Amino acid sequence: MNLETLIEFFSLQNPNVRYVVLGSVLLSVSSAIVGCFTFLKKKALLGDVVSHAVLPGICISFMVSGTKDPFLLIIGAFLSGWLSIIILDYIVANSKIKEDTATGLSLSVFFGVGILLLTVIQHSGNAAQSGLDSFLFGKAAALVGKDLLAFSIIASIILIVVYLFYKEFELVCFDQEYARSIGVPVKRIELLLTSITVLAVVTGIQAVGVVLMSAMLITPAAAGKFWTNKLSVMLLLASLFGAFSGIAGAYISYTAPSMPTGPWIVVVLSFIAILSFFFAPEKGILIKLFKQRKIRLQLLEENLLKSFYKIGEINADFTAARSNEELIEIRRFSTAQFKEGLSRLSNQGFIKKTNGTWSLTNDGLQKGMRVVKLHRLWELYLTKYLRIAPDHVHEDADTIEHVITPEIEERLEKLLEYPEADPHSSNIPYN
Amino acid sequence: MDSLIIISTGSLVAICGSILGCFLILRKMAMVSDAISHAVLPGIVIAFMLGSDLDSVWMLVGAGLVGVLTTFLIEFFHQKGKLQTDAAIGVTFTWLFAIGVILVTYYAGDAHIDQDCVLYGEIAYTPINPIILKNGTVLGPKALIVLGAVLLIIVLIVSLFYKEFFLTTFDPSFALATGLSASLWHYVLMSLVSVTTVASFESVGAILVVAFLIVPPASAYLLTTRLSHMILLSCCFGVLSAIFGYYLAYAIDGSIAGAMATVAGVIFGVVFAIAKYLEKRRAISNLEQMTLETSK
Repeated sequence: MNLETLIEFFSLQNPNVRYVVLGSVLLSVSSAIVGCFTFLKKKALLGDVVSHAVLPGICISFMVSGTKDPFLLIIGAFLSGWLSIIILDYIVANSKIKEDTATGLSLSVFFGVGILLLTVIQHSGNAAQSGLDSFLFGKAAALVGKDLLAFSIIASIILIVVYLFYKEFELVCFDQEYARSIGVPVKRIELLLTSITVLAVVTGIQAVGVVLMSAMLITPAAAGKFWTNKLSVMLLLASLFGAFSGIAGAYISYTAPSMPTGPWIVVVLSFIAILSFFFAPEKGILIKLFKQRKIRLQLLEENLLKSFYKIGEINADFTAARSNEELIEIRRFSTAQFKEGLSRLSNQGFIKKTNGTWSLTNDGLQKGMRVVKLHRLWELYLTKYLRIAPDHVHEDADTIEHVITPEIEERLEKLLEYPEADPHSSNIPYN
Repeated sequence: MDSLIIISTGSLVAICGSILGCFLILRKMAMVSDAISHAVLPGIVIAFMLGSDLDSVWMLVGAGLVGVLTTFLIEFFHQKGKLQTDAAIGVTFTWLFAIGVILVTYYAGDAHIDQDCVLYGEIAYTPINPIILKNGTVLGPKALIVLGAVLLIIVLIVSLFYKEFFLTTFDPSFALATGLSASLWHYVLMSLVSVTTVASFESVGAILVVAFLIVPPASAYLLTTRLSHMILLSCCFGVLSAIFGYYLAYAIDGSIAGAMATVAGVIFGVVFAIAKYLEKRRAISNLEQMTLETSK
């Protein structure tokens, strides 16, 4: 990669580059926006069905008209894509066949018919047919002015429809019952949504091809969803991801002409999505794993401190040195966990090590005492107020002792009037 | 002779697909098979690149692994990432497929493989691609032999572990209680699906395999509630699609695989109409019974 090609590319001086870049961006953005709605309706694979199902329509409209006029082909494609969704919904509504099966069925049969017709056209020897199969694999790198015009018109239609019906789409996606109750014509809005999905797919497959079209719809939406819970922000993010991938795909195939644009758009898009899955704040996989680990370690540490305290209770000597065996006897830990927990506790200054034995420091004693207190307070609360038998309360208290906040602790103490002992007559310690 | 070979190849794909497809449909996993059939593309290309001559056994093993990987990724995004299943499927397979297409374009000169062949195969070439042993004996058409072997494996595994498949399909919680691992059998099933896809991709193409995995079992599902009947019926529908598909393609000079999928679709339409008619008649006779009883 050198700077010159970069400047040459982004100056958009070359009309060919201009067509490809603008075309890819228009397509990516409009399908990303439509995709957000199908994603939220949990019908992400709708795009997959439509993109396979347009093929028979394209072939029939070519057979009838005999030309490759993009507008005529788009009309044919639109009709058969639409029909596939109607049939899919009809099958699900009128038989015991489930949605996923109906999806695969509609997809594969329409595509089979399409392939049959396409090969019939190819074998017919009609010279005008060459290039018809660009619908199968896309031809983003070979977009011309007329394609761009068609894309712009369709992208504008999609954007205008989404702008006008934003509230209705949002309601239908999130809460159909509520939408119906305030008088939104749910069926008609769904039909409109299906129609613009088909429209987006029909134009999109000319750039990226049948299979990859579903990525243009699903992937930006899935990536966007990981960063936000707000629909408006999700739409914005998804279109940004789409636009960026569109430009990146066009750039890659510009610098390496043998590289196909469509697949690279999808690879860049997927890369963004996978990064989002892992690294997004709050919803990302890594942050979730990190939080889980934090909770696990907190439980481990507090349970160990509890064991120290309980041994101490036996002779009322809390800070004496304890051996590993003594500790394990109170509560079982796996060897790895036991070691990890002890070393973490001694790093934090809650315990100290002398000659292979462990003793509580003052901080450790306070902390262990608090956990034991919470455990016993909770047991008492359960037996006293919820009338649960004393031998059934231990498990529950073992869980809740780690999550009780100081505010709740205070209210529990007041409510139970600073009790001396728990239901098992063990002493409740106060500091 | 050629037509016999082509029809047999189609039928083998149909039978493999029917057996596995019944389980897929009942487990609501139909679209996972669609995902797998696309996702094996990079695996196939890499196998082509590694061996100059394609070594069928390694291709099948590789495909099984890629299929398991796809299934694993879908499950991973769904469970760890809390991504809804349909989106997890969509993101995973398109990504792998895009990588596959890029590899195909990049190595187009070196490997005997192109996009058309991957997507919709050419079953008509089956008879002219025989396996010939070193001593010159002609074993027979390669696709036929490979598919036959795959069918044997499927029949063997499914009949040996019928109970396991049955339980994990219909009552996963009971299966779990008896100590069966639902995810183990899930992955076994998905590897079989991947192997079938790869074995048949040369003859019918990646997408039309899906037609054979889903359409005949769905038709059978409309007519029966017993799993064994469903598998048998589905095989019949599949073989019928292969036979009539061949003659349809012959009549109008089109893709044989496409025609087979078309016929499978037509059969589904007819079965759907019959099932609806039967249901209606049953409802009417029930109604008559009730009115008779009340008028007595």
